[in-house]
Amino acid sequence: MTLLNHVLSLTALLLLLSFMLFSHNSHAAIETFDFDNAQQEQTFHDLTKILRCPKCQNQNISDSNAELAKDLRDKTYELVMQGKSEDEVVDYMVARYGNFVRYDPPMTPATIFLWLGPLLFIIFGLLVLFRQIKKQPAKETNLDDQEQQKLQQLLKQHAKDKKS
Amino acid sequence: MLNKRRVFTLLIPFIIFVIGAVFLATPLLKGSDPSKLESALIGQPVPEFTLQDIYDKDKQHDASIFKGQKMLLNVWATWCPTCYAEHTYLNKLSKQGLYIVGMNYKDDRQKAIRWLNDLHDPYKISLFDKSGMLGMDLGVYGAPETFFIDSKGIIQYRHVGDLNEKVWNNKLLAIYEGMQ
Repeated sequence: MTLLNHVLSLTALLLLLSFMLFSHNSHAAIETFDFDNAQQEQTFHDLTKILRCPKCQNQNISDSNAELAKDLRDKTYELVMQGKSEDEVVDYMVARYGNFVRYDPPMTPATIFLWLGPLLFIIFGLLVLFRQIKKQPAKETNLDDQEQQKLQQLLKQHAKDKKS
Repeated sequence: MLNKRRVFTLLIPFIIFVIGAVFLATPLLKGSDPSKLESALIGQPVPEFTLQDIYDKDKQHDASIFKGQKMLLNVWATWCPTCYAEHTYLNKLSKQGLYIVGMNYKDDRQKAIRWLNDLHDPYKISLFDKSGMLGMDLGVYGAPETFFIDSKGIIQYRHVGDLNEKVWNNKLLAIYEGMQ
């Protein structure tokens, strides 16, 4: 009887704990923003996905629970509600936090290799390939008359074998 | 001759590997921290703002306080353990005659005043940025951060993390001395 009581109270405790845990989580996730129209909402959601949180470096500001990410979401919301376009909001953030906040880095002297690197690699590869091909003499001309005859014979033989 | 060229050609991938290894290893060995970002405001004046003094609600400060002499702007908060760690060193710098402005960032006024009373106040002026408004304009992404501002009010450098003897002598002193 006491054992049953123990099990029951333990179960109750676990239930309570898990409930607390879940309610806490869901509480943290809820954050409501009201928009005037669907366009604004879309802009806001796009922006929070393309802006990177400077504090928690591998998350965008919509994913992150950091205090700073929340501030940036609030600021983004405020700017969107003021009627700012997506580019204007990105410019606002870049002016303060640098290009680091963009997940889509612009082409600058420091990042030019991201674009040109693969291209250079392909060109280099093609050059090597062409040079290699040019170096190889055509294989067919290597056979002298006698070898050529032998080859023809072999081919004929092979054709016959296939028919029969 | 041909053999030599062939050896060289075969060495190309190895050379590329060595260049790549040096490129990737340099920042690692130098101990640079990728979480420390360079400020986007270097070479720009301190943004315009109006903030209350931490001790006196009726006293307002604006960006003009950053003109006239070179100084440090230290961003701190009572919720930040590293700020506690660097506070002693800030007091030391202040005693050496450095002009330091403090910006209390997203904090509680009473706690902040108690902190300054208990630990000694190294700041010539203390700004109270409850909402983090100036913090956002300065691109602050944590605390502590310290901005180096020249006599014209132009931001010359930002240090992320605590100020201590080692980092000051190895790096920051030269930057401070180099400012007008």
